[in-house]
Amino acid sequence: MSRQATHMRLPVQPGERIDRSRPVSFRFNNRPYTGYAGDTIASALAANGVKVFTRSFKYHRPRGILTAGWLDPNLMVQVGDEPNVRAGHREISEGADVHSQDIWPSLRFDAKSVNSAIGRFLAPGFYYKTFIKPQPLWPAYESVLKRFVHSGSIDLSTPRVEHDKTYAHPDVVVAGGGPAGMASATAAARSGARVLLVEDEPELGGHWLWSGPAKQEDLVRLREDALTTPGIEVLTNSVVIARYDDNWLGVIVRSQDGSERLVKVRAKTLVAAPGLVERPYVFEGNDLPGVMLMTGARRLVNRYAVRPGTRAVVLTANAHGDAGVEDLRRAGVAIEAVVDPRKGDRVVRALGRGRLERVELSTGQVVEADLLVTAVGWTAPTSLLNMAGDRPVYCPEAARFFPSQLPDDVLATGGIAGDGDDRELLEHATATGREAARRAHNRLVALASRVPTLPDGAEPPTRDDSEIEIPDLPRGPHLELFRSSTHGFVDFSEDVSSKDLHSAVREGYDSAELAKRYTTATMGPLQGKLETINAVAVIAEANSATIAETGTTVWRPPYAPTTLGALAGRALDPTRYSPLQPWHEAHGARPLVAGAWIRPEHYGDPEAEVRAVRRGVGIIDVTPIGKLHLQGRDVPALLEQMYVNRWQRLGVGRVRYGAMCADDGVVIDDGVTGRLDEERYLMSTTSGGAAAVWEWVEELLQTSHPEWDVTCTPVTTSYASINVAGPRSRELLARLADVDLSPDGFGYMNVRTGTVAGVPDVVLWRIGFTGELSFELHIPAGYGLHVWEELMRAGSDLGVRAFGVEAQRVLRLEKGHLIVGQDTDGLTQAFSAGLGWAVKLDKPDFSGAPELRWQKASGAVSSLVSLQPVDPAVVPPEASQIIGPRSEILGRVTSSRHSPTLGRSICLAQVLTEHAAPDSTLRVLQPDGSVVEARVCPELAHVDPEGERARA
Amino acid sequence: MMHLDCPWCGYRNVSEFGYLGELRERPDPATTTREEWRAYLYLRRNPAGRLEEGWYHRAGCRRYFEAVRDTTDNTVSETRPPTRHPDGHDEGEHATAGDLDVTSVSV
Repeated sequence: MSRQATHMRLPVQPGERIDRSRPVSFRFNNRPYTGYAGDTIASALAANGVKVFTRSFKYHRPRGILTAGWLDPNLMVQVGDEPNVRAGHREISEGADVHSQDIWPSLRFDAKSVNSAIGRFLAPGFYYKTFIKPQPLWPAYESVLKRFVHSGSIDLSTPRVEHDKTYAHPDVVVAGGGPAGMASATAAARSGARVLLVEDEPELGGHWLWSGPAKQEDLVRLREDALTTPGIEVLTNSVVIARYDDNWLGVIVRSQDGSERLVKVRAKTLVAAPGLVERPYVFEGNDLPGVMLMTGARRLVNRYAVRPGTRAVVLTANAHGDAGVEDLRRAGVAIEAVVDPRKGDRVVRALGRGRLERVELSTGQVVEADLLVTAVGWTAPTSLLNMAGDRPVYCPEAARFFPSQLPDDVLATGGIAGDGDDRELLEHATATGREAARRAHNRLVALASRVPTLPDGAEPPTRDDSEIEIPDLPRGPHLELFRSSTHGFVDFSEDVSSKDLHSAVREGYDSAELAKRYTTATMGPLQGKLETINAVAVIAEANSATIAETGTTVWRPPYAPTTLGALAGRALDPTRYSPLQPWHEAHGARPLVAGAWIRPEHYGDPEAEVRAVRRGVGIIDVTPIGKLHLQGRDVPALLEQMYVNRWQRLGVGRVRYGAMCADDGVVIDDGVTGRLDEERYLMSTTSGGAAAVWEWVEELLQTSHPEWDVTCTPVTTSYASINVAGPRSRELLARLADVDLSPDGFGYMNVRTGTVAGVPDVVLWRIGFTGELSFELHIPAGYGLHVWEELMRAGSDLGVRAFGVEAQRVLRLEKGHLIVGQDTDGLTQAFSAGLGWAVKLDKPDFSGAPELRWQKASGAVSSLVSLQPVDPAVVPPEASQIIGPRSEILGRVTSSRHSPTLGRSICLAQVLTEHAAPDSTLRVLQPDGSVVEARVCPELAHVDPEGERARA
Repeated sequence: MMHLDCPWCGYRNVSEFGYLGELRERPDPATTTREEWRAYLYLRRNPAGRLEEGWYHRAGCRRYFEAVRDTTDNTVSETRPPTRHPDGHDEGEHATAGDLDVTSVSV
């Protein structure tokens, strides 16, 4: 690569972006370069004479500048540890280490460019067709093919950062800060709207930024208005990536260090003013370095004062191209030929080895040139309109798509709305801005009318029904110039040629949506912004159809590539702790994530914790248990509806276990409910089901049974809950409670309220998930830690021990108590969960009643059983399958542990009922492939099936 | 993300709400048939157009309500308290098994 270079930099240009007083040094492919502050990586390198920036995706062809902006498909580079940086957008910074992507071993000699030599054989679908068989070899193919995939490299040691999100609630969002966007924003703000103006370039101005000296004065005035009119917030380097219902917008704010931030915006109206994207022309050699779009050439000349070449052929079919010819002349480029399709002339092909050397014209003439600039027409980036439900329609006279039916809260202005001179466009934009402000105001009125209160003396805002008339914009004329007589690239980022699209259509992929997916045209990093219209035009041509008949593909969010970090943001899920957490932490509790809660899994030795409960006494923090306070005359009716069992005759002071099923008969929750006095009940639910059961109660009370007199209050965290379990639990609790705990005074399945360790209003339940004599205390939360510490102190001579969730799981498994969701799944009806005893089918109604009636009549297909592996030392992993003689699946192990009490392994399992008879021997297939035998137990309980311990 | 007009709180982001799906009548459990009950459990009319549906303002007032939404463009033409709510009215069109073709569904 020549280093003659710096003389590609022009003298000072009016309106140039660069600051010549601030040189900036950086490296590109390990060689030092210098540019000026304000230069993009691309412009700085172009000023140094660099022509080739990357190699293409599939064929590894050398590629140079095409658009010189964000959308340039040939300018994806690696900057430091950041891959896929757009060199046409990212400004240079001192010391930046820039590398080409996708080249190995070097940009000049690319080992993979052999692909180019066999290019004609890389037909669409080539990889699928060639490498998919034989199937077992695919992993080997894949590992080789992966090296051919483009994108840079990621440094996994990059420090973790958190991307904060912000929210905005402007009246009007204007997407696009070109002349139309600026005029619209200013007009909307002058009408009283709060406006967010979003522009993806570093400064406002749009195409006027590179339109040369003639526009400078108007640009300065419009920009001054947009920046100084009160009520406009301007976000540059930012892009509206998505529009969802009711103008919920995603705006990505980029910073020049590569980090991105997401602004979630609720706008009352959206003005889409994205401008137009210049369309490449399809001809042989259209990707040679030296072939560029007129927007690219004008950007280089007028923004960055870079001469894009020395000898140029210009293909111009519009005023922008004509003006560009003058820009190039001013920049000292020798214009070797101006080819004007309006006069019937074309460019046929571009020739050269690795860079442009000659251009063949339709006149037969071959012109020597190092620069071929094309200005054939425009693509309307209608993405935001597509996302608002619009299906733009094709206008042959203007050779592009236009909006058809926009919802009330979306307007469009600028190039996507039509052509016209500057005055017409600015009038359109101004009227659009005023109308956007009016509609935003009316939306505000509608919102305010739904707010129940206004400040004292405030008048409610009133509607403004005087619609602003938006003038029509002319359309065209623009030629339908898509492809010359030769084939060339349609999608530069995916290396898809017009020939590929023709062969896709021949193979039957004849609709735009199919051909797009088959060839991957429009599916690369540009997502169609440069290539959609050409792709559609070529598909139409191959089908001998019109573009209108062919239709375009649908643009979906995001409008621009977005880093996952910006979308992910911060984790905002709350974590819940019990008030006893400080004690747990101080005593070596191993934390367990249980839904939203952090609970102690154990305190070092779960087996010892189990033994303490079986032999003496243990205490466990069960605060996460869901608790609902129910009050009113009709609580029994509510309970009858929610639970499968009977509740009408629950006496005051009594507690009952209940199971809940959904209307499909599937068990969804279980727990106990106690009657504290005549009309007051305390319901407990599983920890994970607390919120769902509460919502169900509210649904019943608000929708199906508003006549019931029941008030429901969730009190899960109002109480700290402690279960005191073990044969000596009564002895321990008696030292602290003023309640008669004697077997006669406080029998099994009873509830009392009393004072414990000086704390009044503690609810005591005599229940036993562990199978031991146990008391569950629900203590006003602020005193929970005090009561816990008092229990530990008062029970020290009894050997009291804190136990965690793991010990409780073992204890309940020994006792054969199921856990809903562990021993049942989303299809387990009550009779399959061992809960048939609780189901009272003679009740007039309850949730799931008909299904359970039918399940009982036809018999449960699957049953919950206890298993004991024949080898007591084998603990089959949970979810091991139970298999039959032909390896068919008969069921699965749902819970499995070593039982310290029995000195052997024990399990719960779901098994097909026909194989679930007691003393059957089942085969358990473990994940390692080994099979062990296990015996079906006669009872669910492995320990104390008679239940004498809990009733002691 | 659409806005939804809670009858008690006004317009809020739909992410504040829980969705209950289309309104449907629970058959009389004493007399229902398997076909009717399973149509109630699993089948929805799922119209392209006007749909009466249940919502719950989970992150707001925690009240249940009904909305009439056009499923083709998410336009919500009406929100109201539950029809059996004392503040509500009872003129909704609820899906019943009769609205649905259950013959093709194995029950």
